[in-house]
Amino acid sequence: MGVKLGVLALQGNVSEHVRGFERALVEAGVSHGVVVSVRRPADLSDLSGIAIPGGESTTISRLIQKNGLYDPLVRFEGGIFATCAGMVLMASRVDDARVKTLGLMDMSVFRNAFGRQKESFEADIQIKGIDHAYHAFFIRAPVATDAGNGVEVLARIDAGIVAARKGQHIALSFHPELGTDLRLHRMFLEGLGIGE
Amino acid sequence: MKLEELRFGTELLKRGFASMQKGGVIMDVVNAKQAAIAEEAGAVAVMALERVPADIRKAGGVARMADPAIIVEIMDAVSIPVMGKVRIGHSVEAQVLESLGVDMIDESEVLTPADEEFHIVKTGFKVPFVCGARDLGEALRRIHEGAAMIRTKGEAGTGNVVEAVRHMRNIMGEIRALQGKNPQEIIARARELEAPAELMLETVKMGRLPVVNFSAGGIATPCDAALMMQMGADGVFVGSGIFLSGEPERMARAIVEAVNHFDDPAVIAEVSKGLGQPMKGIDIHTLRDDEVLQYRGR
Repeated sequence: MGVKLGVLALQGNVSEHVRGFERALVEAGVSHGVVVSVRRPADLSDLSGIAIPGGESTTISRLIQKNGLYDPLVRFEGGIFATCAGMVLMASRVDDARVKTLGLMDMSVFRNAFGRQKESFEADIQIKGIDHAYHAFFIRAPVATDAGNGVEVLARIDAGIVAARKGQHIALSFHPELGTDLRLHRMFLEGLGIGE
Repeated sequence: MKLEELRFGTELLKRGFASMQKGGVIMDVVNAKQAAIAEEAGAVAVMALERVPADIRKAGGVARMADPAIIVEIMDAVSIPVMGKVRIGHSVEAQVLESLGVDMIDESEVLTPADEEFHIVKTGFKVPFVCGARDLGEALRRIHEGAAMIRTKGEAGTGNVVEAVRHMRNIMGEIRALQGKNPQEIIARARELEAPAELMLETVKMGRLPVVNFSAGGIATPCDAALMMQMGADGVFVGSGIFLSGEPERMARAIVEAVNHFDDPAVIAEVSKGLGQPMKGIDIHTLRDDEVLQYRGR
């Protein structure tokens, strides 16, 4: 079975996401998986899912608009695996007017919710649907609040929501692509009907 | 849910922070107004300075860490990461920047070195560091000391890309030349380059530096920025090239887009149209040896 996934490749942690998807596809038993970079609207055709990587949400937001990707992403019919800056872009409300979010998940996000880089941290968290703790890397991370309209909270810490799901979309405030634990990638692929 | 064990300032968090900057442009700024222009244009981070490198050249004398008041003013003005420069080997300037809460420290040859023998031991800091390098040996020595990011040095404040090209070619060319060699040969080459052997082996195996590698020092136009990306840079630092150009806002936006579309000449052509005067620039051959910043630190 051929599966085609993409990674939004405008700015940020792109190559790690490409490798993460490639490894997750192999683990899921997909022999003919392809992972492509998405920089133009045409790159979105035939994709089952895409990742929106971490990076700077102000920069990525600006480049999404500049590259004519805003409407194609809003209309994208596959699943979106959004991490860090990606989570910011998925939300319907954000605390910064410079970021034009896609509004695909009904929630509010706060950028840099923990503070600057020196407040970046790693910790074990519990995630709904994942057995045992998950070691997560939070880098100038956002958090979400006020999840509504079909948004399921998968993980919450004192500061707010750090993992959420809506339909095929998963939004995480941390960076699964920096580690070797592929359980969240697998959860995303299972949501797409891959490797169940 | 309460988090019992939080770990801060780990190697992975430091390198991870650098990784989030990939594909981006980091711009030198000297006040809150410039910082806001950089952020609006799509910079992934700003470098907070008292003077841009070309003005440091002109001013002469000893160049030091910027006034903390300027750095704080810039940190308050933008939501993107803020970096600051310290003198090579000046661990107290680094401690001060860490306590101010800057997101990354540049141990930089653009400032006058405080130590001509040693760099800061960067592993002891929670804040990540970026350091300059002219070749693979220098890059790996800095990574061994704890640098989470490398930038090729180029020749800052000249608006002349020739040294940036030389240093990127040195590093990428060396890595290419080592592909296919056996471990003994790689270790022998590490000894020649005065590079830690383990890091050298890791670099060859990965086919690239084990940390993010940006280009810096002389990038003045969208074409310059795209050239460095085509040569394998993960992103670019633009110092004097933006705010010493005729129209900084447009230059900043154009360089961001050129980095994003570095392999699409039509886009680079479009953003380069009518940009006004880039910074004047200096022919490297006219610099005296003591004016060449890249020789500082090795």
